[in-house]
Amino acid sequence: MRLRARAYFRAVRAALRGIRPLPPRISPAELVEQGMRIRAKRRKGIAASDFIYGAVIVFLFMPLAVLLVYSFNSSKSGSWSGFSLQWYEKLFMGSADLWHAFENSILIALSSALMATVLGSLAAVGTSRYNFWFRPYVRSMSFIPMILPEIIVGVSLLVFFAGIGLKLGLVTVWIAHTTFNIPFVYLLVSARLEEFDPSIVEAARDLGATEAQTLWRVVLPVTMPGIASGFLTAVTLSLEDFVITFFVAGPGSTTLPLFIYSAIRFGVSPVINALSVVIVAGTVLLVYPARNFLKAYAAH
Amino acid sequence: MKRNYGRLYAAPQALWLTVFFAAPLAIIVAYSFLKRDLYGGVLPQPSLGAYKALANPTLLTVTWRTLWVSVAATFFTILIALPCGYSIARSGNQAMRLFLVIVPFWTNFLIRIYAWIAILGNEGFLNDLLRLIGLEADSTQFLYNQGAVVLVLVYMYLPYAILPLFSTIDKFDFTLLEAARDLGASRMQAIRKVLMPNIRGGMVTAVLFTFIPIFGAYAVPLLVGGKDSYMLGNVIADQVTKTRNWPLASSISMGVTVLTGIAAILFALTSRRSKHPVVEESGIGPVSATAGIPGGGQA
Repeated sequence: MRLRARAYFRAVRAALRGIRPLPPRISPAELVEQGMRIRAKRRKGIAASDFIYGAVIVFLFMPLAVLLVYSFNSSKSGSWSGFSLQWYEKLFMGSADLWHAFENSILIALSSALMATVLGSLAAVGTSRYNFWFRPYVRSMSFIPMILPEIIVGVSLLVFFAGIGLKLGLVTVWIAHTTFNIPFVYLLVSARLEEFDPSIVEAARDLGATEAQTLWRVVLPVTMPGIASGFLTAVTLSLEDFVITFFVAGPGSTTLPLFIYSAIRFGVSPVINALSVVIVAGTVLLVYPARNFLKAYAAH
Repeated sequence: MKRNYGRLYAAPQALWLTVFFAAPLAIIVAYSFLKRDLYGGVLPQPSLGAYKALANPTLLTVTWRTLWVSVAATFFTILIALPCGYSIARSGNQAMRLFLVIVPFWTNFLIRIYAWIAILGNEGFLNDLLRLIGLEADSTQFLYNQGAVVLVLVYMYLPYAILPLFSTIDKFDFTLLEAARDLGASRMQAIRKVLMPNIRGGMVTAVLFTFIPIFGAYAVPLLVGGKDSYMLGNVIADQVTKTRNWPLASSISMGVTVLTGIAAILFALTSRRSKHPVVEESGIGPVSATAGIPGGGQA
């Protein structure tokens, strides 16, 4: 009984919304029907945006799907000519240069993310809790690299390294990556610091904790999710970067994106298809559990 | 008294960014006012030559093209991203829908460009498909033109636009739309007059996140564009690595930085000046509107 009454009221409300003035002497059944029709009509806008969303997902995934299919193609270029695993074999067995570039990428990603995380997190703690004369400088300096086009950062670093006579190599790549990673870590850690109650820190101080103890036992654990996501973001950005690395890398410091660049400069290379599939699968497998872990951690 | 440890914490980062970010930029500024050394590098003689060289017609054509391509790509990106963000925000399964948008985003930048080469190329998937269904006998070159550059740029920066748009639309109170509809607004009117002004912040972020990187694009026009789709980023790179005209590379970089800055400031200003007419005038005014005024939050 209650359910029907509620449906009736809902229908009346819907009808009142849609039809002005209300047609006289309309039966409840008709009202329900009319209400439903109006609701369905209203939902059309959402359906259209859902349709666009679906199309975008297809658009976003289609190139990856094409790579996946073509990585199993037996012919070297172009049309499909049968299933084969030869490109995967070549990827894992006969591509020493590629794996060397991969090693460089991992090395640079981990070391630059670590450096950026240390510098960025400390600065975030410093600017969130204290005021000092160069605080505005730190804040704006941590913002500008993010909005400046990558090519400017790359070119200016190249000119700088040439000016001070530092030979291009792994060290210059590491410096460049640390530099563009710092703002992201700083931002993520600052956001986390803004969320928590600063009186916890004051309480710790009042109870006699030293600055080092407060930092280590109170601030660090609370900020950990921000620091962890800052570190992960930095690793990702570093592995991803092509433009800046292109300018500051020298012989022997080829990273994976640079290797891919030289391989695809003159067209399609099936080994790169296989590599792409491995990378995409790898990132999804790595990042998905990490995200869940972060969410669980943040919920504590 | 509490000692001020802030300086101590922030100093290492400040030092790092001064040496490896501010100093290199300062060098670029300085080089742009110096004379070119014919063997690469610069001569220590002040000169405005690099800025005068900016007026050369080839460079102006490239500048115009870069602007045009960036505006077109940003426009299409936002046009597609807006309903997407809306759809994600209204969906019952936001996490899944966001995840689907982000996954292609994790894929390496160059691999995503490469995937489009594999699709659009002479021996690519699209030509394969067209031959298969009998629409063509030969192959068409879809790559190495302006259209390919815009398409791939839209593809690359779509998630950058979808994410900020989603997060503002998600915060929007949709009962306001219903109210607008009840008060007689059509669906489009409600979206245009109620939804759009309230998500302007997200729009600004989305436009900046797409326009700025696209304006400085280097890899995409290099790999999927032809000779006629060179953008400013490519010219800078060529001047640095091939022609080795550092003052000119520096003055173009300055130009790009200034144009980017102007775009960012203009956008930030338009977003600040715009009011949120519906919310403010109706007095539904969000708490945040009063929270900005000192003491407003407590009252």
